Amino acid sequence: MIDSNIVQHALKTQRGYERRRFLIISVLALILALSFVFDIATGPSMISVIDVTHALAHFLGFPTQVSSTTEIIVSSLRLPMAVMAVVVGGTLGVGGAEMQTLLNNPMASPYTLGMAAAAGFGAALVLYLGALGLDSNVAVPIGAFVCCMLSASLLFGLAMMRHITSGQLILSGIALLFLFQSLLSLVQFVSSPELSQQILFWLFGSLTKANWTNVGITTAVIGVCIIVLMKDAWKLTALRLGEERAKSLGVDVMRLRLKTLVIVAIMTATVTSFVGIIGFIGIIAPNIARILVGEDQRYFVPLSFFVGAFLLSSASVLSKSIVPGALFPIGIVTAIIGVPFFFWLIMSKRR
Amino acid sequence: MLEIRHLHLAFDDLVLADDMSFTLNPGQTHVIIGPNGTGKSSLLKALFGDLVPQKGQIFFQGEEMNRKHLSQWRQHFGYMPQDIRLDVSLSVLEVVLLGQINALSLKLDDSLLEEALGVLNQIGLVHLANRDVGTLSGGQCQMVLFAQALMRQPKILMLDEPVSALDLHFQQVMLDHLDSQTKAKNWVSVMVLHDLNLAAQYADNLLVLKNGKLVAQGAPKDVLTPQLVEAVYGVKADVVLDSTGLPFVRTQRNGYDAPLVAVG
Repeated sequence: MIDSNIVQHALKTQRGYERRRFLIISVLALILALSFVFDIATGPSMISVIDVTHALAHFLGFPTQVSSTTEIIVSSLRLPMAVMAVVVGGTLGVGGAEMQTLLNNPMASPYTLGMAAAAGFGAALVLYLGALGLDSNVAVPIGAFVCCMLSASLLFGLAMMRHITSGQLILSGIALLFLFQSLLSLVQFVSSPELSQQILFWLFGSLTKANWTNVGITTAVIGVCIIVLMKDAWKLTALRLGEERAKSLGVDVMRLRLKTLVIVAIMTATVTSFVGIIGFIGIIAPNIARILVGEDQRYFVPLSFFVGAFLLSSASVLSKSIVPGALFPIGIVTAIIGVPFFFWLIMSKRR
Repeated sequence: MLEIRHLHLAFDDLVLADDMSFTLNPGQTHVIIGPNGTGKSSLLKALFGDLVPQKGQIFFQGEEMNRKHLSQWRQHFGYMPQDIRLDVSLSVLEVVLLGQINALSLKLDDSLLEEALGVLNQIGLVHLANRDVGTLSGGQCQMVLFAQALMRQPKILMLDEPVSALDLHFQQVMLDHLDSQTKAKNWVSVMVLHDLNLAAQYADNLLVLKNGKLVAQGAPKDVLTPQLVEAVYGVKADVVLDSTGLPFVRTQRNGYDAPLVAVG
């Protein structure tokens, strides 16, 4: 005996939840768009928001009136940086979301598990070795990528061992973080002051290295990675029920773990190699997304992206406007605006 | 039917199955009982392909379990592990939907949602459909996981201590539903229980395990005897038959043997 009224009501309520979550994502996307425009407008020479929208329209091929100076500043200087902020912030958010899913722990992220530090060490090592005679714009990202994958495969080797809990895995990741940080310090220690400065500047996390080439590469890589992740959205959601239960639903947990870990490593390595280490967004963005839409990965992953992108984009605005004309290190600013917001969300948590 | 031949399963020197062979017929509820740590859960895991036995073969409808194609093998199963914690931010409906994980896409069809709601409705849980599972009690979580196992449309349904957190009402709802569906849909239902009286009430076939051996198997009235209870659990018990001929087991307190009399 099916009580069709109750069933229909529950169905409508579920659809209502889905609409609400879609709405939350849309609102975040809108806020991100605003922060994106402000990010372009802010800089040593301030451009009005109206001029920015005109320049953007012009860049996209619409016939609008824009002064050639504004057009050049926007299209070749500000726009690549602003796009990079969005892509990198979003990637850090998604990377953190998937590490938290894989390890069943809201404290996990590529940064806390040493993957970003490994990428940093790889990049520093390549710089130290004089880019191995290659173009440093090619060699440094490759070095970062290789080391990041190395630390990820160490983690994965541990993950495949029997009787290892996700808590122990996180501890191992933290140990790797310290290992690669020490190795990084070692490289800096043996480098000349000039090279050491160069490494430090690279590590600080900065969007100023953005240009259309690396923005294009990053966007393409991240786009493919996110599409692959979204294809496994339901399997990853099932993984959050616990490993044994995901298996009982027919999910090949080992394969899913390997695949997702590789994708997260590729994403982390790619963004870290172009902008350096920005550690904080990977932990905080997924936690904000979880509070807002829950852990259905169809909403959780896109929202983690938008929250991460918004955090970095708005941090970029702030880093340029705290001291006019100077550029604050972006990682510092991110934490300053993100932490109060996060505390507010935790304290007002309801769903 | 599910056929187990010469199964040998051990962790180091702990033997959980020692040359074990038995056959589980469809359309019947098979209940496994036995002392703690005797390998009941491990046996279910071995049937599911999650534990690798040292020796032996497992067949379902003539198809042998192939470790290279486990996902295919697992398609037949609805499996509810012992752990009932649900520490995740999802609605009850979403958790039940995951039972049909291979049918889910980014956009959900109404038909799938209605199917999941139908399952919840059958076991009296539809009013919880939109609740976050984090807000449920342990027993409610257990019922939700039962619904998820049903949602898999299994041919073999394996439940590991499915009533451990349920009140009397939901024990009856779950086990009655299991019984009727097993017979209507010709499932092979396998369940681990600790309560011997529930086992006697719902088992078509009772399997008693101890130290890796199948020590008895058959209809509850033939299997459940004071001698067996004492041999398996080391506990003295009275076994009486109720008016329908089902055995009822009551343990004896040390030094206190009140006779059983009907009340009311």
